[in-house]
Amino acid sequence: MIKVDQELSLLDVRGVTKSFAGVHALRGVDLDIRQGEVHCVLGQNGAGKSTLIKVLAGVHRPDAGTVTWLGEDVEIPTPEAAIELGIATMYQELDVVDGLTIAENIFLGHELSRAGFTRRSEAAQQTRELLQRLGHGDLSPHTEVGSLSAANKQIVSMARALSHDIKLIIMDEPSAVLDTEEVKNLFAVVHELTSAGIAVVYITHRLEEIRQIGDRITVLKDGRTTATGLAVADTPTSELIKLMTGREVANVFPPAVPVPADAATVLEVEHLGLAGIFEDVSFSVRAGEIVGLAGLVGSGRSEILETVYGARKSTAGSIRVGGKKMPRGSVAAAVKAGMGLSPEERKSQGLIMDEAIYVNVTLPSVSRFSKGGFLDERTERKVTGEQIEALELRPADPDRAAMTLSGGNQQKILLARWLVHGTRVLLLDEPTRGVDVGARAEIYALIRRLAEAGNAVVVVSSEIEEVLGLADTVLVIGDGRLLQTLPASQIDEHGVLDLVMKGTAA
Amino acid sequence: MSEQTSSQAGIRRILSGSVGRNVGLVVALLVIVAVGAITAPDTFTSVSNVLTILRAASITGVIAIGMTLVIITGGIDLSVGSVMGLASVVATLAAIQDLADQMHWIFIVLIALAVGFGAGLLNGLVIAYGKVVAFMATLAMLVAARGLAEILADRRTLQVKDRDFIEFMNIDLLGVDILIWIFAIVAALGWIVLNRTTFGRHTVAIGGNREAARLAGIQVKRHTMWVYAIAGLTAGIGAVMILGRTTAGTSTHGTLLELDVIAAVVVGGTLLIGGRGTMTGTVFGVLIFATLSNVFVQNNLSSSIQNVAKGVIIVVAVLLQQRFAKPTGRD
Repeated sequence: MIKVDQELSLLDVRGVTKSFAGVHALRGVDLDIRQGEVHCVLGQNGAGKSTLIKVLAGVHRPDAGTVTWLGEDVEIPTPEAAIELGIATMYQELDVVDGLTIAENIFLGHELSRAGFTRRSEAAQQTRELLQRLGHGDLSPHTEVGSLSAANKQIVSMARALSHDIKLIIMDEPSAVLDTEEVKNLFAVVHELTSAGIAVVYITHRLEEIRQIGDRITVLKDGRTTATGLAVADTPTSELIKLMTGREVANVFPPAVPVPADAATVLEVEHLGLAGIFEDVSFSVRAGEIVGLAGLVGSGRSEILETVYGARKSTAGSIRVGGKKMPRGSVAAAVKAGMGLSPEERKSQGLIMDEAIYVNVTLPSVSRFSKGGFLDERTERKVTGEQIEALELRPADPDRAAMTLSGGNQQKILLARWLVHGTRVLLLDEPTRGVDVGARAEIYALIRRLAEAGNAVVVVSSEIEEVLGLADTVLVIGDGRLLQTLPASQIDEHGVLDLVMKGTAA
Repeated sequence: MSEQTSSQAGIRRILSGSVGRNVGLVVALLVIVAVGAITAPDTFTSVSNVLTILRAASITGVIAIGMTLVIITGGIDLSVGSVMGLASVVATLAAIQDLADQMHWIFIVLIALAVGFGAGLLNGLVIAYGKVVAFMATLAMLVAARGLAEILADRRTLQVKDRDFIEFMNIDLLGVDILIWIFAIVAALGWIVLNRTTFGRHTVAIGGNREAARLAGIQVKRHTMWVYAIAGLTAGIGAVMILGRTTAGTSTHGTLLELDVIAAVVVGGTLLIGGRGTMTGTVFGVLIFATLSNVFVQNNLSSSIQNVAKGVIIVVAVLLQQRFAKPTGRD
């Protein structure tokens, strides 16, 4: 058993800055990592997490600041130098080669060889040992990586890190691609690593995960460290949100407006199911009401929303909009009936990044702005201009490419899209992911306004605080089942987590 | 003074227009023209030679317009050359049946267009609804259409006997042959469809972000199918044109034409990954290759050297594309 001195400093980063073409990505980051700890780095998108990782991985060189490794000042000019020191990095887009076997991937670049011939059996043997250490002795070294799940690809990536003599492994949002069970396995592997004396830097924006595996926390905001070395056990979630966003939780959300008693039910979901993902989900949403779906990663939140929208084909149950039954799996019918979805992934599911703001705004309604199939771009620009003004979207230029906007403004494009189209049911999946402080409050206020204008709104968020702060009614989801429906005022974050724990244990 | 500023504004307007965005292509074309004018001063710059270049460009050009739409969606159509061959065979076969005498030549045209459109529609069905990769689906069509054309033609060249048709296809309008007019009209229609219609907007949206288009309620599959049908239709138009030019239908018409077409589209700035492309660029791409061939012919250089030059141009164009088309997002 390796003796782990958790008090010993492994890596000490002081005052690191980095800018790209005049844009400051890091404005002064401090971070100290102790041996064998799980150090969570929190921050919204754009806070500088990815840049920090790349500095430590030798991809970017810092403009200023010092990096101390085991008490010595070091420079990390290349990825090879990082490995040499003992720093391995697991990126979100895993750097495994699908066409090679597990063993070939693990020894890629440092193949075991004699006189130019690879020593396959020895590589296989060492691979087996590494996989064993990670609790995945069931995987064969000769399996092609392309056939593995995302979770198992992560295992391969970690095994590769372990094949070098590493002391620190950086994981960039590793849970993003995993389901609940896989996240549990991931946590088990993280424990395995730390008990062997390896420190883990765990990047995430999911506060719920930090409670489960973190030892200490560093929070980044706008390229600066706002807090470092916070003990997980002593730091309440509201404090973390404040550090990440710079404002009190209470001030972020608009006041709830009571739904009129005579408000019509717009969306009715009955016994909805999607085989293998979720089952028997029933709820209804009235005009003016905001319903929030709360649950852990992999609980089926997003899938429920996408199925309601017809982006996934339900295998059971029914969906009615304004009393009219929707056909299964037809987005076009959903849009026609007045539904709109702001999807979870803005970049890959929401926006055409290369195209102008106005093209993105009028995407579902472009036929309405045309005469006999011919576009009327003047009107499109005018209508977009009105939304830009109403939503304070910046830059205020309809011809700007979506790519050049910040996360908050990109989110506003998606909201403007459905404002222009005119909806009765608005489905919002992670409406503030990667959105910074000021814009967050603006978007919450906007969502409330959309509800007041008569929309039935359904919000999904991985941040339970957000669901509770925004919604009138909360649906607690666990393991693909609806555990409870209750008014948001009657439950807090702990209550939700309790329900989820009990519900999934049962 | 004021004259100068207005001419500056004029230059600025041109540069910000579609010609300006293709400024690299304009320069490339001018360089080739300059080389031609210098190396073959007597023949190259004559009006008749310009018409020769345009005539040579016309069939590739028409099909390249359809191909541009396909490539903007992120797809590819390898079958256009052999679909053109098949359409030429079927149309001539219909015309040499006994009925031919009573049949108006317009049926030759309609049959060729229908064969092209039908083959394209089949491509679209297999790709959009059968979820077969476009490369494979159209490769299968390439092989199958060529084979079918050989069976139908019995490997013979079929003469078009309809005098009226041949006469019509050789009409000069304002001193310009009908082939060039067809190219101009198809290019103009293509430009309008891409830039001024909801169909074009949806095409760009699907290529730019298929999932976002789907979640915005656009019927991605149906749209994709129509785009391939249009590409097939342009191959059908190409068949009519080659029937007019050669007065014969044969299964070998359009052999390897797909490569010239794709090269012209890509050199014209359309991204193979989809989402971005212009009709103006495609027209320039077609003209660059046609002019280049002409310069080589004027200087009595072999087609082998010509092919090497083409290859170089394609690689350079794609290299430049990668350099300038890189998204400017963070990291």
